[in-house]
Amino acid sequence: MKTVYARPKCMKEAHFHYCPGCGHGVITRLIAEVVDEMELRDKTICVAPAGCGMLVYNYFDIDTIESAHGRGAAVGTGIKRVRPENLVFSYQGDGDLAAIGTAEGFHAANRGELISIIFVNNGVYGMTGGQMAPTTMLDQVTTTSPAGRDSVIQGHPVKICEVYATLDGTSYLERVAVNKPAAIIKTKKAIAKAFRHQQQKTGFSLVEILSPCPTNWKMSPLDACKWVDDVMTKVFPLGLIKETKKC
Amino acid sequence: MSGNSAVGEAAVLAGCTCYFGYPITPQNELTEYMAKRIAEVPGGVFIQSESEIAAINMVLGASAAGARAMTSSSGPGISLKQEGVSYLAADELPAVIVNMMRGGPGMGNISPAQSDYLQATRGGGHGDYTIVLAPASVQEAADLVHVAFDLADTYRNPLVVLGDGMLGQMMEPVTFTTPAKKKEYPKEYVLTGASGRPARMIRSLLFDTKEEEEHNWKLFRKYQLMEQNEVRYETFLLDDADMALLAYGIAARIAKGAIKRLRQEGLRVGLIRPITLWPFPKKIIQETAKQLADFFVFEMSTGQMIEDVKLALEGKGHVHFYGRPGGVIPTPVELSRIVARHYYQSKQGKKT
Repeated sequence: MKTVYARPKCMKEAHFHYCPGCGHGVITRLIAEVVDEMELRDKTICVAPAGCGMLVYNYFDIDTIESAHGRGAAVGTGIKRVRPENLVFSYQGDGDLAAIGTAEGFHAANRGELISIIFVNNGVYGMTGGQMAPTTMLDQVTTTSPAGRDSVIQGHPVKICEVYATLDGTSYLERVAVNKPAAIIKTKKAIAKAFRHQQQKTGFSLVEILSPCPTNWKMSPLDACKWVDDVMTKVFPLGLIKETKKC
Repeated sequence: MSGNSAVGEAAVLAGCTCYFGYPITPQNELTEYMAKRIAEVPGGVFIQSESEIAAINMVLGASAAGARAMTSSSGPGISLKQEGVSYLAADELPAVIVNMMRGGPGMGNISPAQSDYLQATRGGGHGDYTIVLAPASVQEAADLVHVAFDLADTYRNPLVVLGDGMLGQMMEPVTFTTPAKKKEYPKEYVLTGASGRPARMIRSLLFDTKEEEEHNWKLFRKYQLMEQNEVRYETFLLDDADMALLAYGIAARIAKGAIKRLRQEGLRVGLIRPITLWPFPKKIIQETAKQLADFFVFEMSTGQMIEDVKLALEGKGHVHFYGRPGGVIPTPVELSRIVARHYYQSKQGKKT
């Protein structure tokens, strides 16, 4: 019998804690598949965030360190500078990277640190129960924007890829999604590309992944997937934002 | 050589290969020294970070990757670093943090002060944790940096070197020692990529309260070992004294000057100088309390170490205090006059 689908080698025998319909499980698995296919398990060091993605270290069978909330890019910088031969990536959510860790991410990108950030954008603080994030849509209702996000009071959704694109240290920035099979295949390719950019030392790389959060969006998983297309991609257009060299 | 530069040179000689820092006076010479010096070290890493928070987290990353890493700052910057220091303690990662204290609170000023004693010795971040070394000269600063890196590796714990603006800025001759053979420490926790071994994980999040409690007791047992083994202090003219001055760092230098003057006038005053502020040298204070009743605490603050002195004395003796906060540095003459007044008042009180 031919095996067509199996657990990636660099994933542990553990059950995901993610909510039904959440994009994190897909993304976690995609990273593991890429690490397997590029045969990078022995070289990879993952920096886990604070937030829903925090427990990736329970799933990856690769060396992992947890960072304080928002400091993933700084921790990753420290590791990569000591061990330039390793592949270092941080896994960060929107609150982690676009709010509390704005400075760390921005300056790691500007220094052209040879690390990759897998940036999961689901527009809310998931782990803490669905508060407004920097990437929350205008008019989106969250527990801390009960009347909907109002740009006059709460500002606008932050576009990390577009901001980072202005920095000369960045070499690869792409926005993808995990709300349907075709998009998932593109996401996997983008993760692999980011890692190749790191290996070829072209500069800082980041993949922004639009990811459904049905629990905190208070939608069914299917509606959440549709909402990514109908609403999120209007503010966060998918596609290659920047690539300084083909990898 | 200035204290700041001496600390930098000593760190490099102690095997520090990574320095991360953010500019703040009065410790900029250390950052600047490392910018040049680390470049000469094989595998040396220097980053002027975007903030103190980033710097301490880079230290955490470098330490997890197996390097001897250091950062330095002063009061306001150290406050920002506390988050990372707490994580280093929880993750059991070695690192050295130098604080050249200045006047506070808030922005305060850039003059020498000892305003961060409680922050350093009580663990300024969340949780309890760290050994604090307080050098009183440029030479001792250089020597203690070696000790700091070794203790950090021995206990897998962050370590604070607590100086002040004066120690950082002043120039004194200094002799550097290079350890003949670098001690090897077990590095089974270091992240290298899981080549030919199971994956490693460094974390402080323990959702299970039972696990978190056990982790806390494990750390506690480690701190108890430090308390047993790492107490350091110096005494000066204490044997025949009937009043003991207590001061650390630069304040102890001033106190020594004052004591020399007081001795010329026939006042029998001695000194206990804590070198480790945590663990605090309680025993020598308790032993001294059998010989004399008067303890005089002198600090460049409104009184922080005095709490530890009182805790050590457990209600025994009489504790006098003189402090100057805000970056004011009293002269030995000024201090000697105040000590003399207390000394005579105390004698008077005993007669009546």
